[in-house]
Amino acid sequence: MSLPLTKNRHLHRFHGGLHLPDHKLESTLLTILDVGVPPLLTLPLQQHIGHIAEPVVEVGDQVMKGQLIARAEGFVSAPLHAPSSGRIQAIEERPFPHPSGLPTRAILIETDGLDEWGPLPEPLPDFEQTNRDLLLERIRWAGIVGLGGATFPTSVKLSPGKNKKIHTLILNGAECEPYITCDDMLMREQAERIITGLAVIRHILSPNECLIGIEDNKPEAIAAMREALKAAELEATEIIEIPTKYPSGGEKQLIYILTGEEVPSQHIPADIGIVCHNVGTAAAVADAVIDGKPLLSRTLTLGGDALKQAQNVHSPLGASIHWLIEQIGGYKTQAKRLVMGGPMMGVPLRNDDYPIVKGSNCLLALSPEQAPPEEPARPCIRCGECARVCPVELLPQQLYWHTRAKDFDEVQSYDLFDCIECGCCAYVCPSYIPLVQYYRYAKSEIWSQEEEKKKADLARQRHEARQARLARLEHERKARLRKKKEALEKRGAGKADDPKKAAIQAALKRVEARKAAQTATAAPNGDST
Amino acid sequence: MLTAILAMVVLAGLFGLLLGYAAVRFRIEGDPIVDQVDALLPQTQCGQCGYAGCRPYAEAIAHGEADINRCPPGGETGIIALADLLGRDPLPLDEEVGEAQEIKLVAVIEEKDCIGCTLCLQACPVDAILGAAKQMHTVIRDECTGCELCVPPCPVECIKMVPLEPDLSHWKWPAPDDSRDAGLASPNTSEVA
Repeated sequence: MSLPLTKNRHLHRFHGGLHLPDHKLESTLLTILDVGVPPLLTLPLQQHIGHIAEPVVEVGDQVMKGQLIARAEGFVSAPLHAPSSGRIQAIEERPFPHPSGLPTRAILIETDGLDEWGPLPEPLPDFEQTNRDLLLERIRWAGIVGLGGATFPTSVKLSPGKNKKIHTLILNGAECEPYITCDDMLMREQAERIITGLAVIRHILSPNECLIGIEDNKPEAIAAMREALKAAELEATEIIEIPTKYPSGGEKQLIYILTGEEVPSQHIPADIGIVCHNVGTAAAVADAVIDGKPLLSRTLTLGGDALKQAQNVHSPLGASIHWLIEQIGGYKTQAKRLVMGGPMMGVPLRNDDYPIVKGSNCLLALSPEQAPPEEPARPCIRCGECARVCPVELLPQQLYWHTRAKDFDEVQSYDLFDCIECGCCAYVCPSYIPLVQYYRYAKSEIWSQEEEKKKADLARQRHEARQARLARLEHERKARLRKKKEALEKRGAGKADDPKKAAIQAALKRVEARKAAQTATAAPNGDST
Repeated sequence: MLTAILAMVVLAGLFGLLLGYAAVRFRIEGDPIVDQVDALLPQTQCGQCGYAGCRPYAEAIAHGEADINRCPPGGETGIIALADLLGRDPLPLDEEVGEAQEIKLVAVIEEKDCIGCTLCLQACPVDAILGAAKQMHTVIRDECTGCELCVPPCPVECIKMVPLEPDLSHWKWPAPDDSRDAGLASPNTSEVA
């Protein structure tokens, strides 16, 4: 299905999806607030997908703003930099926004309030004359990850491999989830930065065309971006207004809307020649390349009715949620529910004592009215609503049944791993079944079973190697014994030739012969008697 | 009549030869069922089933000598997988062999108490203990299967089984009903005005 929107471009409509009340007005009334620097920054070492970063500072060290404090370990990883100057207070396990509630290693910086910059690498304003590898290296150094929330290292995404030609670069400004407006506000206020970042990424990937997809509920952002694009005079770049529908900001959904191409199951967009980046990521790329500044801060939405005023803030990474909420006026009422991320896909938090990380695009403090108590799940009535709204065209019911039956092989045959956990199915379910939780549970069970399988294979290998070793040792021992015995026997046989032994043997034989003779002669006598 | 009998005999002979040849030419080494069963067992080599390791138990299952419910480390999922493979009915875990353990354990040697007797080295079925005579021993954590076979031989009782601490890389989403009880819905925002 396609519908004409712009003169020459047909947009495609993905299956399912929802029209949700967007709640975006509340947080777009005020401009982005720069909150400054909190007294304490907590920087978890794992803020990205991939290998955990390795600290390069020690407790007690003085650090400058922008100084490297943890380096990337391995290719898929990202380094961390000090968001402000201060002293390293501790490197220890701290809670961080993750559904498990488990702590992770973090670097704590006690800031000195001076916010003094350390030495930075040379800015590269004429990036078009710069080597691509140098630009990639710079982006990697800056610790930039996908700021839309996926937190995949950007430099890795920008190196799709030599044999993969990227024909389309997509900038994702859809921001489809309710309440979240950080990309919207960033586009309104810093469109030039985003367009510059786009130009850098474009130079690295050299695609045939660039598409910027923005949902049509953000007219101010679209206007600002159009103006910035006009000023930048980028060729073959187009801003496309897409109809508002959740989850059009999903990477694969946005690609389908804009190009009509579907990313095959178990593949990444680069496999079909497309790369998609968030607008915030593009802005961070511009900072890293044009100014030589690493990723130290991000824009995020603080929303929800429990706050006095919802607002977007420009916050250093590692600031605590509690402190941020204080900066914008604090709570109005007791928050019923705290969510990191949007209402559809976010992670519930236990309290507000968590730091902001690279992937935090939104924090919701929901009032009791906004977060009514969860209805107890009722039996599935097989209405099929979930399948109707699923943007990936999966069969949520089947996934649910097989997950409940713990038949994980069967769940996989229904393409569980294509589920993007958007939450549409659970949203429409009339029986209030927490479907996404079932899918997350099934996914992590399957991963852990695979891991256990690997462990079992290793154990089998080691056990077999041990058995083989024991058998070999036993064999060697027996061989040794046999050899010894043979040697002894040989010696025994050899001694038979010995003259002394021969004499004894001869004597023995003589005695035996004599005895035999005696009995032979005695026997007839005996018979006669 | 005679031709028919002759034809049948000749045919029987031919096929007999063919089958005999095939039996030699396409001979399968080992028992594939044993391999498949063995692949489903957790390879802890703990011997709780009453056999001297996973492979012997797999052989016993394949030959119909043992039930499929004698493996506590494999737990319910293991029994279901075996039942699927063999077309048998799943059974509850045999009480005789012990209880299924939800939490994974690993052996840890209290190193200051170790006297270096090497008895645990000989007991470990997967060579996961490192040491030498009169040298301190230690367990290679990643390779320990938690079979507990090293615990009884230790003359100074310096080996303990400790639960693997949950960490982020091994964390699993709980089954939905559990997470509702976990208190996620009511955050503790005591600082909130």
